[in-house]
Amino acid sequence: MTSPMVSLRGVGKVFSGRKGTRTVALQGIDLEIHSGEFVSLLGPSGCGKSTLLRIVGDLLEPTTGAVSVNGKSPARARHDRDYGMVFQQATLLEWRRVLGNVALPLEVTGMSEPERTERAREMLKLVELLEFADHYPWQLSGGMQQRVAIARALTLEPSLLLMDEPFGALDEMTRERMQMELMRIWQETQTTVLFVTHSIPEAVFLSTQVVVMSPRPGRVAAVVDIDLPQPRVFETREKTKYFDKLVEVREVLRTEEE
Amino acid sequence: MVAAAPPIPSSFRGLRSLFGFLIVLLVLAGAWEGYKLLEGSGLPLPIRADDRSMPHLWDIVRSIFEPARRGSEESLGWVLAKASLVTFREAVAGFGAGSLVGLGLGLLFVRSPLAERGLMPWVIASQTIPLLAIAPMVVLWAGKYRLPLWIPIAALAAFLSFFPVTVNTIRGLRSPSPTSAELFRSIAASPSQEFRKLRIPAAFPYLFTALKIAAGASVVGTIVGELPSGLPDGLGRQLLTFSYYYSSGPEKLYAAVLFAVLLGLTFVAVVALIERLVIPPARRVAS
Amino acid sequence: MSRALRRYLAPALVFVAVLALWEFFVRAAGIQGFLLPPPSEVVRTVSEEWPVVWPAGLFTLREALGGLLGGTFAGIAVAFAVSRWSTIRVGIQPLAVAAGSAPIIALAPITNQWFGITNPLSKMAVVAVMVFFPIMLNMVRGLTDVGGAKLELMSSLAAPDFTTLWKVRLPNSLPYLLSALRVAVALSLIGAVVTEYFGGSRDALGVYISQQAGLTRMAEAWAGIVVATLLGAGLQLLVMGAERALIPWHPSRRLTLA
Repeated sequence: MTSPMVSLRGVGKVFSGRKGTRTVALQGIDLEIHSGEFVSLLGPSGCGKSTLLRIVGDLLEPTTGAVSVNGKSPARARHDRDYGMVFQQATLLEWRRVLGNVALPLEVTGMSEPERTERAREMLKLVELLEFADHYPWQLSGGMQQRVAIARALTLEPSLLLMDEPFGALDEMTRERMQMELMRIWQETQTTVLFVTHSIPEAVFLSTQVVVMSPRPGRVAAVVDIDLPQPRVFETREKTKYFDKLVEVREVLRTEEE
Repeated sequence: MVAAAPPIPSSFRGLRSLFGFLIVLLVLAGAWEGYKLLEGSGLPLPIRADDRSMPHLWDIVRSIFEPARRGSEESLGWVLAKASLVTFREAVAGFGAGSLVGLGLGLLFVRSPLAERGLMPWVIASQTIPLLAIAPMVVLWAGKYRLPLWIPIAALAAFLSFFPVTVNTIRGLRSPSPTSAELFRSIAASPSQEFRKLRIPAAFPYLFTALKIAAGASVVGTIVGELPSGLPDGLGRQLLTFSYYYSSGPEKLYAAVLFAVLLGLTFVAVVALIERLVIPPARRVAS
Repeated sequence: MSRALRRYLAPALVFVAVLALWEFFVRAAGIQGFLLPPPSEVVRTVSEEWPVVWPAGLFTLREALGGLLGGTFAGIAVAFAVSRWSTIRVGIQPLAVAAGSAPIIALAPITNQWFGITNPLSKMAVVAVMVFFPIMLNMVRGLTDVGGAKLELMSSLAAPDFTTLWKVRLPNSLPYLLSALRVAVALSLIGAVVTEYFGGSRDALGVYISQQAGLTRMAEAWAGIVVATLLGAGLQLLVMGAERALIPWHPSRRLTLA
C-alpha cells in the first residue's frame, strides 16, 4: 500500500465565539487519501466538512492533530502550490476576462507572458470554453463560470484538487452535466480530488470513496467504498449498483441521526 | 490565513472609538505645536509657524474666556455662543423646512410614478446648479421684498437639505424586497396598510441617514448665507469680523472657526441621538 | 426612435417649456429684471460678459482642480495606511464622521490668513480638506471590502500580500474611488466658488458673482452661475467618461458592453 497523499490523524477544530462560547467543529478525524482517488466529504450542514477541507488547504489551522499533504505540512504544501481550490462561488475576478482569470495562478508564480497565455488556453480547451476566452465572467452562465474556476485551479498542475460544493449554486440539470464534465476532466488529468458536498447522489456518482460525516461534533461516521466502474458516465446512474450504493450511504446517514 | 477576528461587543467598541478619536486629536494637537517649534529654524515652511499665523492652541482656548473686545465685558465665548445660537436657529428652520419638503416629495414620488417622471429631472437639475453659489443673490431678494434676513438664509439651508431627504425617502420606501410586498398582497392587505406597516418603517433608517447629511449641510448653508447678507448676529459675520481684525487677535478667528465646527458637529450629533432613540441598533443603515 | 432619444425627449421638452413659461411670465408680469431675469436676458448677458466670466471660471476651475488633486492624493495615501493598519482605522473613523458633519468651509478665513486672500492656494487648501474624507473613506472600503472569497482564493494560491494588493484590492477599489470622485468633483467646484465668498482674487468667479450681486446686477451674477454650472457639468462628464473607460466590467456599466 503506497503511502497516502493526504493524512489526517486525530484532527480537531474548536472555534471560540464571543462571550467565550466554544464550538467543536471537528473531533478526532482520522483519514487517509491516496493518490488518484476521488474522495467526497458528505454530510449535513454543520458537520464540519468545509472546515476539514480548509484545514487540508491550510486556510484554517487545526486545534489538535496532525495533517500532512504530500509528506509535508499543509502550510508548506500551500506555499509549494501543491493543490488547486475551487470554491462554492466561482470567485472569478470580474475585472478580468476569462483568459486573465485562468492565468492568475501563473502570474502569481511568475511565469512569463507568452507561456502564460498558452497554458491558460490549454486549460480552457480542457474545460471546453476556449471560445469564451475574451469574455467577461458576468457574460457566462453559472455553470460556465465554475468551469473557468476549475480550469484556473488546474493551471499549475496540482497533485490535489480541493472542491467546496462547487455545484451547489447550480440547478439540477446543469449540476448533472457539470458532474460528467468533471469526471471527464478527472480522467484526463489524473488529479486526486477532495470534494465537499451535501448531495448523496452527487457523492456516489463522482467518488471512489465517500466519507460520511456527522455533526455535533463533526466526525467521520463511515467511509463507503464506491466500486462502480470507471469511467463514470450517464448510464452509471441507471445501474442497480448505483442505487445500492445510494441506499448504503443513506443508511449510514440515518444511523448517525439516531 | 483567513480566520476572522472575534467580534467586539458594541459598548466596548463605542469606548474604543472615543479613545481612538482622542488619540487622533492629541496627535493632531501635537503636530500643531510640533510644527510651531520649527519656527526660526531657518527651514522653508509652507505655512509660517509664528504666533500670528498659528497661535498656540492654549492661547486659542484662553481667548474664549477673555473679553471679545477691548473695553467690553462680554467674553469671546459668550459672544460666539450667542452668534452660534442665531446661526443655529436659522439652520434648524431651514433644515426643518427642507426636510419636510424632501419628505413630502419623496412620499409623492413613490405614490405617484407620474409625478416622479415629471418632476424628478427637475429635482436633480436643481442640484447641478451650485446652489450655495446663489447665496449673494438670495440675500438681495430679501432686501427687495423686505423680508427679515434670516428667511432667505434659512431658505438656502432648506435648498441644501431637501435633496438628500427626497432621495433617501424614496430609497427607503422602496427598500423592502418584492417578496415582502408579495407577502402583504397575499394576506389581502390594502395598499395603504402595506404602506404604513411595511414601507414607512423600512424607510426610517434611510431617512435618518439623510437627516444627518441635511443637518450638516444646513449649517454650511446658513454660514455661507450670512456672509453677503451682513447679518450682524450670526457666526458668518463673526468669521468675517475676526478676519478683518486678525492682527489684533488671531486667536479669536480660530475660536470662531472652532465654534462653527462645533455647531455643525452638535447639530448632527443631536440628530444622531434622536436616531438612536427611535431606531433599534440592528436596523440602522451604515452611512 | 432610438431608446436613448426617447428617454431624453420628455424631460427636454419639459425643460424647454419651463424656459418658455419663465420668459413669458417674467416679461408679462413685469417683474424687475434684477430679481429674476428672463432666460433670454441671461443668455445675452452670458455672451456679452463671456470675455470676463469665462476666464474667471477657468481661474476658479484651477483652484478646484488643485484642491481636488491634493485632496485625492492625500485621501488615497491615507487610505492605504488605514486599510493596512487597523489601529489607525479605529482612530480615523470617528474623525471622518466628525469631518463629514462639520462646515469645512469655515476654514476659509484661516487659509486666507495663511496663504493670502488672493492666493489660489488658500482656496485649494479648503477644497482639498473637503474632498479628502469622502475619497479616503471610499478608498478604504474599496481596499478592504473584497467580496466573494477572493482573499481566500489568493491565500490558496500562496500569493504574497503585495500581489493581493496589486491584483485584487486595487482593481476592486476602482469603482469605489470613481464613485467618490463624482461627489468630489461637484464638491470641489462649488467649494472653490463659495470659499471665494470669504474673499478672493479679483480674477475669480466667486468674487465676480458676489460683486455683481452686490451691485444688484443680477443678470451678470446669473451669468457667473451659469458658467459655474457648465464647468461642474463638464467635470461630471469627465468622471463618467473615466468610468466608462476604466471600469467597463462593473455592474453599473454592463448594459453598455456589447
